[in-house]
Amino acid sequence: MNDYTHDSRKFILGGAIIIVLLVYIIRLFSLQVLSDEYKTKADSNAFYKKTIYPSRGLIYDRNGELLVYNQPAYDIMFVPREIKGKLDTLELCSALNITREDFEKRMEDVRNPRSNPGYSSYTQQMFMSRLSAEEFARFQEKLFRFPGFYVQKRSIRQYSCDAAGVILGDIGEVSPKRLKADSYYVRGDYIGTQGLEASYENVLRGKKGVEMLLRDAHGRIQGKYRSGALDTMPERGKDLTLSIDINLQRLGERLLKNKIGSIVAIEPSTGEVLCMVSSPSYDPHILVGRQRGANHKKLANDKRKPLLNRAIMGTYPPGSTFKTSQALTFLEEGIITENTPFPCHGGFVHAGLRVGCHPHPAPLPLIPAIATSCNGYFCWGLLRMLSSNKYGKVQKAMNVWRDYMVSMGFGYKLGVDLPGEVRGMIPNAQFYDKAYRASWNGLTVISISIGQGEVTLTPLQIANLCATIANRGTFITPHVVKSIENDTLADTYRTPRETMASRRSYEHVVAGMRQAVLAGTCRGANLPDIEVCGKTGTAQNKGKDHSAFIGFAPMNEPKIALAVYVENGGFGATYAVPIGALLMEQYLKGELSADSKIKAEEMQNRVIYYGEGER
Amino acid sequence: MEKGKDNILKSLDWTTVVLYLMLGTMGWLAICGASYSYIDTSVLEFFALTERTGKQAMWIGVSIIVGIVLMFIDKRSYEFSSRFIYVALILLGILTIFISRDIKGSRSWITIGSFGIQPAEFMKFGTTLALATIMNKYGFSISRRSDFLKCLAIILLPLVVIICQKETGSALVYLSFFIVLYREGMTGMVLFTAISAVVYFVVGIGYENIFFEELPVSVGHYAVTVLIQIFAIGMTAFWCKEKKTAATLLAVNIIVSLIAYWIAVYLFSFNILYVQYFLLLTDIVYLLIRARIDKQKMLVWTSLFIIVSTLFFHSCDYVFNNVMKPHQRVRIEVLLGLKEDLAGAGYNVHQSKIAIGSGGLFGKGFLNGTQTKLKYVPEQDTDFIFCTIGEEQGFAGSTFVLVVFIVFVLRLLRLAERQNDTFGRVYGYSLVSIFFFHFFINIGMVLGITPVIGIPLPFFSYGGSSFLGFSILLFSFLRIDADRDRRL
Repeated sequence: MNDYTHDSRKFILGGAIIIVLLVYIIRLFSLQVLSDEYKTKADSNAFYKKTIYPSRGLIYDRNGELLVYNQPAYDIMFVPREIKGKLDTLELCSALNITREDFEKRMEDVRNPRSNPGYSSYTQQMFMSRLSAEEFARFQEKLFRFPGFYVQKRSIRQYSCDAAGVILGDIGEVSPKRLKADSYYVRGDYIGTQGLEASYENVLRGKKGVEMLLRDAHGRIQGKYRSGALDTMPERGKDLTLSIDINLQRLGERLLKNKIGSIVAIEPSTGEVLCMVSSPSYDPHILVGRQRGANHKKLANDKRKPLLNRAIMGTYPPGSTFKTSQALTFLEEGIITENTPFPCHGGFVHAGLRVGCHPHPAPLPLIPAIATSCNGYFCWGLLRMLSSNKYGKVQKAMNVWRDYMVSMGFGYKLGVDLPGEVRGMIPNAQFYDKAYRASWNGLTVISISIGQGEVTLTPLQIANLCATIANRGTFITPHVVKSIENDTLADTYRTPRETMASRRSYEHVVAGMRQAVLAGTCRGANLPDIEVCGKTGTAQNKGKDHSAFIGFAPMNEPKIALAVYVENGGFGATYAVPIGALLMEQYLKGELSADSKIKAEEMQNRVIYYGEGER
Repeated sequence: MEKGKDNILKSLDWTTVVLYLMLGTMGWLAICGASYSYIDTSVLEFFALTERTGKQAMWIGVSIIVGIVLMFIDKRSYEFSSRFIYVALILLGILTIFISRDIKGSRSWITIGSFGIQPAEFMKFGTTLALATIMNKYGFSISRRSDFLKCLAIILLPLVVIICQKETGSALVYLSFFIVLYREGMTGMVLFTAISAVVYFVVGIGYENIFFEELPVSVGHYAVTVLIQIFAIGMTAFWCKEKKTAATLLAVNIIVSLIAYWIAVYLFSFNILYVQYFLLLTDIVYLLIRARIDKQKMLVWTSLFIIVSTLFFHSCDYVFNNVMKPHQRVRIEVLLGLKEDLAGAGYNVHQSKIAIGSGGLFGKGFLNGTQTKLKYVPEQDTDFIFCTIGEEQGFAGSTFVLVVFIVFVLRLLRLAERQNDTFGRVYGYSLVSIFFFHFFINIGMVLGITPVIGIPLPFFSYGGSSFLGFSILLFSFLRIDADRDRRL
């Protein structure tokens, strides 16, 4: 019965079957082995990596007082598509304690592509941020009535002190630019934006943890993958202990109330900043909670710029406080000895140029010249240096001078551990060559010798000058963080830097500063049973003179060196000296005497009128 | 009786039985993988009858028992009762249309208690029997029109019934019987024409909107005209055995096409498609002339093939662009890879490719797949069961499964070929065709090669009726095979 004529067809059929098998195996190979595309797709399909946020490091002051901690806050989110036609607006407004207009405005802001570029009606949108626990509790009771509304818990910063706002800084949502640069962050993460929060971001933030969750085809979470075997725990941020003494900081801010200015105090032996005041200051509490936005706007628009840390961002003519650095340079360069006298006929008068000075006996050698802050003395000194044959040309001499200044920490950023520090200005030969077309001499630039003219410093640099004098020639880069939990400070904050002047020269300057307190311009800084050294400054500028003071104490084994700078305060002795004296007393004695308390009260209430202009 | 039983055990093809058991076991394990839930790790009772795995295990058991029972039914009983079985199953199928409940638009289920049965799965058995019986009749010849039409009727009747049950996928399986007819001597032209039609469609529509770099000519249309020429020349050479005529045509067509292309690109641009139509026309004329001279009737058929092909393609193109509804067009476009529609028509296949692709070389391990567990793949324990294997067993495991399945099909082909009579051979080839068609469509669909036609992978996809139906087909054939040397 066999039909032999079609027998060959079994091979055709068998061959076709085998060809199909081979095609399918090749296809499988390309899907499973050659291509990684599907593997990645499968992971993003099935795994939902839930980030577990670590708690941010806490911040303490040098005496262990807690300054900054974390507090839960709640953001109200909603999915526009889910609330459509279901929302009882009045009910919501009353639950959140907002007005109808407020509600409309918030809704408008969410939908406005300019204020909210990532808008999508399918995803969660921020309705209201940073509700406190109490506000949230009230809202949560009624949450079920508002389908499409969700609550997202976040951790925000809370402050247990009312001072040091600009130092502590602030956190905010990460910027798109940073987001692109650093893959650690995702949209909506908080990041330090100002102050220490920014400069110690990597220390404070800790390390995020990840929970591997399984998500089904409908986006529902179905539990942990491998019972959490691949999860990573978050590492909490490290705590910071500041070198700031919060009581000293508070007093500084109090004393500068109603004045614009800055105070920086440093522990000379360590470079630790004991207080860093920038006035006007603000209470960091106002940037917490629902009023944050409004308050922040107010601060940012304030003409007196309370958000500006003048201690490191403001540059001022140092005035007579700068004379100490000049004395060191001249002594070290052999331009003068401590016994060299210079005349002062009511100031520096030479070749038709006159730099005025207040009345005092003349001529004077160095130490009384420092004590009386003789302008003539330092003008003569600089003139002698810049016209000295020793250097050949004035340009050469100028740059030697510049090198001394730079070695004392001027002209460049000191490198403090806060963001936004500026470098100030120390002119060099090229600068003057350009300004005067190479035709200049010592007389042209004479005012820099008394801390005027082109020279500007930040209050931090002025304070560091004082600390350097207190240390007799060395300083450690000033820093605000004393220690990091389970970590060491950067080397720069532990290694001393030398200036170009020798200890011998410094001793003369110290003697001059001691003399100034005992019998010179800053007698007001004299404290009973503490050997205080000081130097006033009265810096000329367009308006009323700035009042400045540097001082350290005790003279031997100094514990504190500070600089006080009060804009338009007039004579150094008027504002800066008494403020400096009060701070030194507070720090060295731990509290103010009854007398000083009255003085502090009085100083706090003194108002300098600055007008309405932008500062 | 004792002696007979002994003979059965001895002459039974144990290779096939072992392959069957392997497939069944692997299939059941795949269903375990597909229905296992990550979350409820406590529920590991794969044999509980409330679980799909338990039900499937029960059906496997039932199938084996039925298989053993089938060992007692010899070939003669089938030949005798085939028409009754066929008619009864067709009637049951028609009855199903009316008494079944509507499940997702399908009317193919008869529910008895908590179990549902799909009569369509058993109609293959009836059709196979009927086909084998009728072709075994003395004097049957498939080239005789009446006999061919009888076969056609036997195949198409259940197909229509199942289409009425709204189970288009299962209905298409009946087309696989044409493979049997081919083996039994049906002219290869039928299959060849069908395959050509599919090729024209895929190439023509798939590349319709791609144009030559320098010329305003659709690559798809051009390719189809070239394909028609190639097929026609091939037919002339191998079917008509007119090598000389074929060589002439080949030379003329290649030379003219190249010259036309060269002129169009380098001299002046014109629509080279017209040259191809001109060539088709000259081919037809030449073939007709040669047919006249050589008295070769088959050359006339070849020229007819050219005409029908050209008309077919153009009507396809017209239907696709002007008659089809947008959603139908989308389905075809997705299939041809012209559109990515991952949320709609392409979702299943896309997710299925992700699941398989994520398996890698050695897979994620048994019960460790994520895509299938988390229900990304729809129908993952029925039509898309192969995804679970691909994801959990990787390339190594899934290739193994494919190879075992094809070895099983080829074994059946070998068994079919060794039958002494047409009945056994047709019966065997019906099995080969059915199993292979299921394999071809199901695996192809999961791999994104063939259209999404919802038919199960035999012995793997969850479903009692299908497992039992395939088992009945297989064991009845094994008994027929065991009987082949006996004179009955």
